[in-house]
Amino acid sequence: MPKYTFRVNGRAVSVDSWDPAQPLLYVLRNGLGLHAVKFGCGLGQCGACTVLIDGKAARSCSTPVAQVGGRAVTTLEGLGTPEKPDKLQAAFIAEQAAQCGYCTNGMIMSAKSLLNQTPNPTSEQVKQGMAGNLCRCGTYTRILSAVLRAVKA
Amino acid sequence: MNRRDFLRTSSVVIVTFTFGRTIAESGLAQDTNLGKPVDPREVDSFLAIHADGTVTIYTSKVDVGTGLNIAMTQMVAEELGIPVDRVSVVEGDTALTPDQGGTGGSTGITRGGTELRQAAATARQALLKLGVNADMTNIGMVAGGKRLDLKVDAKAPLRDPSSYRIVGKPILRPDVPKKCTGTNVFLQDFSVPGMLHGRMIRPPSLGAKLISVDEVSIRGIPDVRVVRIQNFLGVVANDEWAAVRAAKALKTTWSESQTLPGSERLDGFVRATAIERDETIVNRGDPATALPSTAKQLSATYWWPLQSHASLGPSCAVVDFRPEGTTIWTASQGPHGLRANFARVFAIPEDKLRVIFMDGSGSYGSNGNDDAAADALLLSRAAGKPVRVQWMREDEHAWDPKGPPQLLDIRGGLDAENRIAAWETQMWLPANVQGSRPLLAVDDAGIAQPHGRGAGQISQNGDPPYAAPNVKVVVHWLKETPLRLSNLRAPGKIANIFAVESFTDELASAAGIDPLEFRLRGITDPRAIDVIKRATEMIGWESRPSPNSRTQSGSVRVGRGMAYMRYKQMENYVAMAMEVAVDRSSGKINVKRITCAHDCGLVINPDGLRNQIEGCILQTLGRTLHEETTFDRSRVTSVDWKSYPILSFPEVPAVDVALIDRPALPPMGAGEAATAPVAAALANAVFDATGVRLRRVPLKLG
Repeated sequence: MPKYTFRVNGRAVSVDSWDPAQPLLYVLRNGLGLHAVKFGCGLGQCGACTVLIDGKAARSCSTPVAQVGGRAVTTLEGLGTPEKPDKLQAAFIAEQAAQCGYCTNGMIMSAKSLLNQTPNPTSEQVKQGMAGNLCRCGTYTRILSAVLRAVKA
Repeated sequence: MNRRDFLRTSSVVIVTFTFGRTIAESGLAQDTNLGKPVDPREVDSFLAIHADGTVTIYTSKVDVGTGLNIAMTQMVAEELGIPVDRVSVVEGDTALTPDQGGTGGSTGITRGGTELRQAAATARQALLKLGVNADMTNIGMVAGGKRLDLKVDAKAPLRDPSSYRIVGKPILRPDVPKKCTGTNVFLQDFSVPGMLHGRMIRPPSLGAKLISVDEVSIRGIPDVRVVRIQNFLGVVANDEWAAVRAAKALKTTWSESQTLPGSERLDGFVRATAIERDETIVNRGDPATALPSTAKQLSATYWWPLQSHASLGPSCAVVDFRPEGTTIWTASQGPHGLRANFARVFAIPEDKLRVIFMDGSGSYGSNGNDDAAADALLLSRAAGKPVRVQWMREDEHAWDPKGPPQLLDIRGGLDAENRIAAWETQMWLPANVQGSRPLLAVDDAGIAQPHGRGAGQISQNGDPPYAAPNVKVVVHWLKETPLRLSNLRAPGKIANIFAVESFTDELASAAGIDPLEFRLRGITDPRAIDVIKRATEMIGWESRPSPNSRTQSGSVRVGRGMAYMRYKQMENYVAMAMEVAVDRSSGKINVKRITCAHDCGLVINPDGLRNQIEGCILQTLGRTLHEETTFDRSRVTSVDWKSYPILSFPEVPAVDVALIDRPALPPMGAGEAATAPVAAALANAVFDATGVRLRRVPLKLG
């Protein structure tokens, strides 16, 4: 079976997949037990499955595992823990920027990517930069406050 | 290939299934509590005191991201007199929690919380008699591990709200840090040993019959098994991606027919649908006689389309079917109701069926969770192993039971002083049919089941909350409706208030009176006046009639609108005001700012409450601007986020919420009320900006 080697949250991993087209999402969730990444649509429309690949937001539901070989993947687990959250996670917690929490992974990872490229965004830049992430519970205003709080932190 | 092969790796670290095992183990650990009382008359059904001084509360009301868990914790901690961090919650487990009804209709706090509070108050009195000190510091030593063996005392004294130290505080939710770090275990993340992954192949159109399945078409996909029971068709596999691929690749032939009316002119279909019966739900004075002699008369028709719960994560279930006892893990808002229904439909004795709630994607009523559980049950029964089913995106959008289509006609008349003299609302609504909602899998598999229909209390709030001597509200209950229905957040009320509060604005405009002043002239309830004044003050309400007659340059028109309602005419008071900028050339409606004043009686957790109100407002903004389930003669055609858009980040306005706390009054739920005025406030603001009255949702400027 073909094997794919890449880095996840700073560690080298090697996984086999019977199908080179298998989306990274399933490899992370089922192969590596990294459950932060969520299946929302499988179409790249909602953002719940967002991870960073080489520092930039990518939709793991529509990224074939074969394309990830040799690259560095960061998931929400790689940022911090409940005891030691990174500054974005801490800002989301401080703002209580979640309801059901199903979109939260994607929101934080997209924000991470946005801040990697635009460290000091305006409110409007955050809204535009995260246009591809949907929240059905309607916690957008809190998410916006959280991202802006993290910028100031 | 089996799972073990899939996981086998060369030299590097692979950690896997830690969460699944932990949960399975903790699930087993909980089994030591099996046999605990669940009778809602018993204190021990609600509370267990442990030797270490911690307390577990048991409730059938589940937290679907609403903050209910922390609110209940606060209510119990306050009443018992122990710190919040010593209380944990077990929710929605039919083997462990008393049945306080499903989670819906904003009853989580109102019923769930107050029942728990009364149990805690009863327990406190008993504990004091047992020798526990007033500060409860020796509660574990005295009462840990023991049952109190007493009935909940409806007269057990409650603490005076003026002495509250925990209730009313914005205590942080315990689930949020986990949700922000990927460590919260959602149902979608849950696994049990030996579990297979299932995916469904649903009929391509409603009522289609399966003619043939070509299993050769999936020969290249490892370890997949096809499960067919008449028209029920699914696949199970060790590997989730294999199940996904196989469900997509499997070649099938179906006989199809055209059974739907199509969504394009659905309002006409609804109006022409045969009426089962008429019901007069409000009848005051005689509007039919009074109306022709009023000074000014208006009439208007309002339309609300079918809408989806549109959960961000598709519905999911894990089922372990065993003759000796079946377990269903679900995110359903009604675990007890699910058990009762499944026990009947699948002929399983209730005591051999355990339903356990786990966190899922927000459901906002009854989405596809029950159906996914039925899918997983049939697959598990066929495969002889536990099965996890997660629907794909198109399954959720196409097949979740929908919020109903609503058509309303309103006629009204003003007297010579421009007061409402007569008002008549007619509603066309799908009639309830006794029995539970049919499960997709059960119909497909040819198993007999009830074909009930219900979408909640959809006829409430059809009359104006303003003084009017002659008011009549008539519901035409319809025999038919095109799609399966269920409760969708604030069932019926959003559309009814959209109509009532839009029409109120139309009357105000016809009278040439400021919409705020027009409303205040017709209202005497001080709680109503408080919220109306507060919301409009916060937005800096300009007092003038609508539409905005000020000359505006360019193609952008700005305006403001408001709406008010009392939820179910007897619960929360909510008023809302909005500022919009409408581009007349593109038709784009840009909502700039929303203010809301909210009175739900006693406030348990102000931050949790604000979060709910903000969510109510933004979700409903999307429902008003974009959402419509579309279908042709055969199938639903709004099957993803492009064909069924919801509110997106760039559209989000500033939202400002004021809470009016009433510590002496009972606490009411807040998961629904603030949704109800959103559509009307928006349509009124668009009218103010443009002079165009929009009476159909989703709102579109021609």
